[in-house]
Amino acid sequence: MPSNKPRTIIEKVWDSHMVAEKEGAPAVLFIDLHLVHEVTSPQAFSGLRARGVKVRRPDLTFATVDHSTPTTPRHLPIIDQIAATQVAQLETNATEFGIPYFGFQNVNQGIVHVIGPEQGLTQPGMTVVCGDSHTATHGAFGALAFGIGTSEVEMVLATQCLLQRPSKTFEVKVEGSLKPGVSAKDIILALCAKIGIGGGTGCVFEFTGSAIRALSMEERMTVCNMAIEAGARAGLIAPDEKTYEYVKGRKFAPQGEAWDKALAYWKTLPTDEGATYDYTTTIDADTLEPMITFGTNPGMGMAITASVPNPADSADPLERESLRKALVYMNLEAGQAIAGQKIDVVFIGSCTNSRLTDLRAAASVLKGRKVSPSVRVMVVPGSQEIKRQAEAEGLDKIFRDAGAEWREAGCSMCIAMNGDQLSPGQYSVSTSNRNFEGRQGKGGRTFLASPLTAAASAVMGVVTDVRSL
Amino acid sequence: MRIHSTVAVLPNDNIDTDQIIPARFLKTISKDGLGDQLFCDWRYEADGSPKADFVLNTPAAKASQVLLAGDNFGCGSSREHAPWALTQYGFQAVLSTSYADIFKQNSLKNRLLPIVMPKDIHASLFVALAENPALQVTVDLPTQTLSWPGGPSMSFPIDAFAKDCLLEGVDEIGYVLKQDAAITAFEAQRPISLNTLA
Ligand code: SF4
Repeated sequence: MPSNKPRTIIEKVWDSHMVAEKEGAPAVLFIDLHLVHEVTSPQAFSGLRARGVKVRRPDLTFATVDHSTPTTPRHLPIIDQIAATQVAQLETNATEFGIPYFGFQNVNQGIVHVIGPEQGLTQPGMTVVCGDSHTATHGAFGALAFGIGTSEVEMVLATQCLLQRPSKTFEVKVEGSLKPGVSAKDIILALCAKIGIGGGTGCVFEFTGSAIRALSMEERMTVCNMAIEAGARAGLIAPDEKTYEYVKGRKFAPQGEAWDKALAYWKTLPTDEGATYDYTTTIDADTLEPMITFGTNPGMGMAITASVPNPADSADPLERESLRKALVYMNLEAGQAIAGQKIDVVFIGSCTNSRLTDLRAAASVLKGRKVSPSVRVMVVPGSQEIKRQAEAEGLDKIFRDAGAEWREAGCSMCIAMNGDQLSPGQYSVSTSNRNFEGRQGKGGRTFLASPLTAAASAVMGVVTDVRSL
Repeated sequence: MRIHSTVAVLPNDNIDTDQIIPARFLKTISKDGLGDQLFCDWRYEADGSPKADFVLNTPAAKASQVLLAGDNFGCGSSREHAPWALTQYGFQAVLSTSYADIFKQNSLKNRLLPIVMPKDIHASLFVALAENPALQVTVDLPTQTLSWPGGPSMSFPIDAFAKDCLLEGVDEIGYVLKQDAAITAFEAQRPISLNTLA
């Protein structure tokens, strides 16, 4: 239990959720919120049935469908029978085990990491898990949020606990102020490029510094979302007034006396003065430029003004070979610029960048402009609630007038499980989080970037620095 | 757990779980049938026929229980379908210098050993296999050693608890279920109620 030693927020949340700690065994950690989706849960529910075990805390569990669901109008049936079966299976499981569930037709359905915060399910100081690696998104609220596998989903369903070894603490300090055209997405892409896709392995990031404090909650979610792309187990940001203001009044947020108690507790969470981290790195917000990836993992990124690195400059043979293969896959030359590269598709969406402020950013560029006739532009809101809000502001009209598609909520082309996908060889600028080979469709080639860069590129038909428009 | 086997070689760093098993195969509600889809997009032509030059299509690889790969194996998505596909193909161990955290956890829960090698020994195994593709390695879990003829004998780290579970067949979920009293006590004294879904 807590001593007087100064602690980071990571250690505080960890300590306060310790159920049991046995010599030699991992800690048994209590989980406050378990989010469940259709893709990584069916085998876990089958496991429960085989054991004859119930869900221990259905009241701390919440399910929705997002990954394999179509983003076509909701009155249409799910045509892909395998996906339809998977969606139906989650409904069956949620009903059988008594878990609250936002189904395909629910007016609040959305990407699991978007609706958690939106509904007030995600709160500071919580432990959150989901069978999904982007669970770190919830860290924006000062929650310790881990992505887990299906065996662990089964464990948490059965016991509301996770077996876990403590992680190393890693401070990512972002000082200064972002210049126009540069956004939260560029901060996290810069971190991935700086420390590499495995740079945070075994660690939990705490993002600190004036540039982080200046971000809105939605922007903080963008930053924490991609902690996994730098290899970290989780990433979080200490709560502050912005956090409390965002949570207050949401559907599942504490009310009345419970709110006061929760708030008093949340204020004890930020890292103590004098606490130390196992690792630290810094990013200078003042000199940051819009970022873009050129390769086949999120660590292969650079400023949009830079040119593609030369594999021959890499000393490590496997690294050289990986970079060479990435450039072959992307059909790019060492030394060339990415700006000006012709593209076929722009995808604005995903749990990284599908919230209202992301859509507003994209709309600010597309307003009064047309997307290039050679480019297909998909705008996919993260939730049905965001869709309604955007429509109330007239953003849908801006997108449609510009020639972009305005679709229903879901993961969509971020993971290309639902029919929204690239064709072999196509290039896309995407606001999502992964540019792995085939991630957005077999043979598809992805440039990861911010909503501003994506929208500017949509207009020009080539990768475009938004500052040049 | 002792494995004595030839080695299939995939000389790439940062092999992500989208390569190991592409997302379009995740629409299944069971664990079965994933072995044929392992590395699907590297393994098959557009018409579905196997690419003859891809390592997993060679008879030698099909008989291998060990996969040697570059740094940071298993990064990306948390899909446990990745170790399911690897074990269904026939692998029992992966050799790399490092693993993504979630993949490592998922592997240990599926009797797939994620063996961490020091960089120099890892590099030397690539060289040894280039010289003799039929080389057999021995992985011994009780002693945590990896060796091959003419190579160094090295010990590898593995979480002590995970090792016990593997060797003694302990079911981790059963282990936590047995701690019901401690969990109930914890629930009863939560400092503040976060039970907001009720
Ligand atoms: S939007 Fe993409 S990254 Fe986010 S949960 Fe869906 S598939 Fe995963």
